[in-house]
Amino acid sequence: MKHSNWLAGAAVAAISLGGAAQAQTTLSMWYHGAGNEVEAKIVDQIIADFNASQTDWKVEMQSFPQAAYNDSVVAGALAGNLPDILDVDGPVMPNWAWSGYMQPLQIDETLIEGFLPGPKGYWDGKLYSIGLWDAAVALVTRQSYLDELGLRTPTLEQPWTGEEFMAALEAAKASGKFEYAFDPGMAWTGEWYPYAFSPFLQSFGGDIVDRSTYKTAEGALNGEAAIAFGEWWQGLFTNGYAQASQDPADRDSGFAAGKYAFSWNGNWAALGALSTFEDTVFLPAPDFGNGSKIGAASWQFGVSASSKHPEGASAFIQFALQDKYLAAFSNGIGLIPPTKTAAEMTDNYKDGGPMAVFYDLTKAQALVRPVTPGYVVQAKVFEKALADIANGANVADTLDAAVDEINADIEKNGGYGH
Amino acid sequence: MATISADNHGLRLATRYAVLVLIAIVFIFPLVFMLMSSLKPDQQLLQDTASLRAFLPVGDVSLRNYTAAFDRAPVALFIFNSVLVTGVTVVLSLLVCSMAAFAFVFIGWKGRDFLLTVILATLIVPFETIAIPLLLIASKLPWIGMDGLTWGWLNSYHVQIVPFIADGLTIFLFVQYFKDLPGELIEAARVEGATWPQIYRRIVMPLAGPVLATAAILKFLAMYNQYLWPLMVVQQEGYRPVMVGLQYFFQQNVAWGEVMAYLSMITVPVLAFYLYLQRAFIASIASTGVKG
Repeated sequence: MKHSNWLAGAAVAAISLGGAAQAQTTLSMWYHGAGNEVEAKIVDQIIADFNASQTDWKVEMQSFPQAAYNDSVVAGALAGNLPDILDVDGPVMPNWAWSGYMQPLQIDETLIEGFLPGPKGYWDGKLYSIGLWDAAVALVTRQSYLDELGLRTPTLEQPWTGEEFMAALEAAKASGKFEYAFDPGMAWTGEWYPYAFSPFLQSFGGDIVDRSTYKTAEGALNGEAAIAFGEWWQGLFTNGYAQASQDPADRDSGFAAGKYAFSWNGNWAALGALSTFEDTVFLPAPDFGNGSKIGAASWQFGVSASSKHPEGASAFIQFALQDKYLAAFSNGIGLIPPTKTAAEMTDNYKDGGPMAVFYDLTKAQALVRPVTPGYVVQAKVFEKALADIANGANVADTLDAAVDEINADIEKNGGYGH
Repeated sequence: MATISADNHGLRLATRYAVLVLIAIVFIFPLVFMLMSSLKPDQQLLQDTASLRAFLPVGDVSLRNYTAAFDRAPVALFIFNSVLVTGVTVVLSLLVCSMAAFAFVFIGWKGRDFLLTVILATLIVPFETIAIPLLLIASKLPWIGMDGLTWGWLNSYHVQIVPFIADGLTIFLFVQYFKDLPGELIEAARVEGATWPQIYRRIVMPLAGPVLATAAILKFLAMYNQYLWPLMVVQQEGYRPVMVGLQYFFQQNVAWGEVMAYLSMITVPVLAFYLYLQRAFIASIASTGVKG
């Protein structure tokens, strides 16, 4: 009797376990972090926690190397082979949403009310993606350099004006102590250009495209403000403050080696700088007349348009928004947590933490890149124009040509749905 | 007079060797740089690039980059995938393309010249222009395998192999080589009653060693260096080849030492294959004038 009871119990347990296993519908997920061990571990942990937390869904992830990720998604979309959940670089999201690769998220938006603006991926009035972190750039230097050069330390409330910034570069150059006064990061190409340099243009009063309509770049990228920006940009190189082409090794280690007085770099490089120089300081972007601006929006999670289980995919993304995961990403890879509560749980971004300034910078100065499907083309045109200007091309002609190219693309794509 | 002539000969020889050594250095130094850099930490690697130390195993030399490369990515799996895909494609390609060339050169049939012209014309079509249509086709094709009939070839080895078995360049190489074979051999065999498959197997292919080596090396390099196609059709890590795997090492801050270690490891199969077929490859170039 005892034996038969045990058998019956085992049978019931087996049936219930089998039933539970069968009930879990598999959700496929693509992620751009292959090769990044720390990031992969955190994502794996979130997936394991989510899969164990409920019996409806089971997420399975495929990792892609970042450099190959966007092409893989586009190819997957063409082949009708997209996963349920994918991640997307913030400024690229409108293009994927417009192209029909993504659908709006089904998450409780009250959960993201306290998020920084950058990680919220809105397109056409709907939330398509949400990020678990943000990234920011700052003017990296040393307090001792500022003191030696007799420069005021700019603050968030009172950043340097454009004139003060140029005077700082001139002082650094005149000191003869540095190879170049300023390292804008010319060794980095691609998205670095619009992410890091278009905020300067916006601070001048220009933009990559006219954001009031998103139907033209006329006036925004070749108006008076944009030409003033272009001339300033070219002057950085012609006046010897910065180098137009840079060895990647110098970008990685030039500031640490004392080659540059000021480096325009992101929070991902901040810990390295702090470990080299204890007196490293992260200064806000200079204000060229229209406020200090920095870029915003990093990688975000979304749901593919072809997902048959958008509610499950959204449930996973909502699960990942917990502060403990936001803090884990920040502690693991140094990125900015999107909420103040998560920031307080981190070593670097809590009040008084060594990188807390980046949270404040993002909150105060961040401006997302143009929210339009055309951005992917506009970013490349902008990059080419800036590289050409840095190498001596005529500013007005180059910007006019860039405007023509952007406008032609907008027209070819029927205005991109704006 | 004899002495002067000997001196001239020696001088010419010395000059020739000096030039050859210089050329060898130009070609070998990148490999030496890669190998030496793979043994150094990033900071030292970057510093050494400014001097001859870049080509020497000096400083903090270790195998740490190799260990780290294995930690970052499934290197052995990527190499296995590439060697498997490349090896199978090369073998099938040599078989199919040599048969096609045999038919073009030795068997008379209607439309032969036109079809050969069409195949050769494909040489000027870049792969990028047909990649998307090919992807759309491959994603819907049926396949019978271990799981029975399935639809769509994505995420498999065969999607990386089948589209590249036949190609214009390999057929062209075989056609050119077969044309130079003595026609009397084939005629004599036909008179003796040999069938076309017998002539292909027993007469033509045993004489085709040099072109087989050339075609194999060129095909091997093209397949081993595949990047765009596997990027488009493979989403699962288990089927990824080495060139897509290389991207694992390009994070925000590139680990250059690991990149060099990875490159050193994935270069080994290419070098081994080339060295194995080197003699026949050179013989082929010498006899056909085809440049690799």
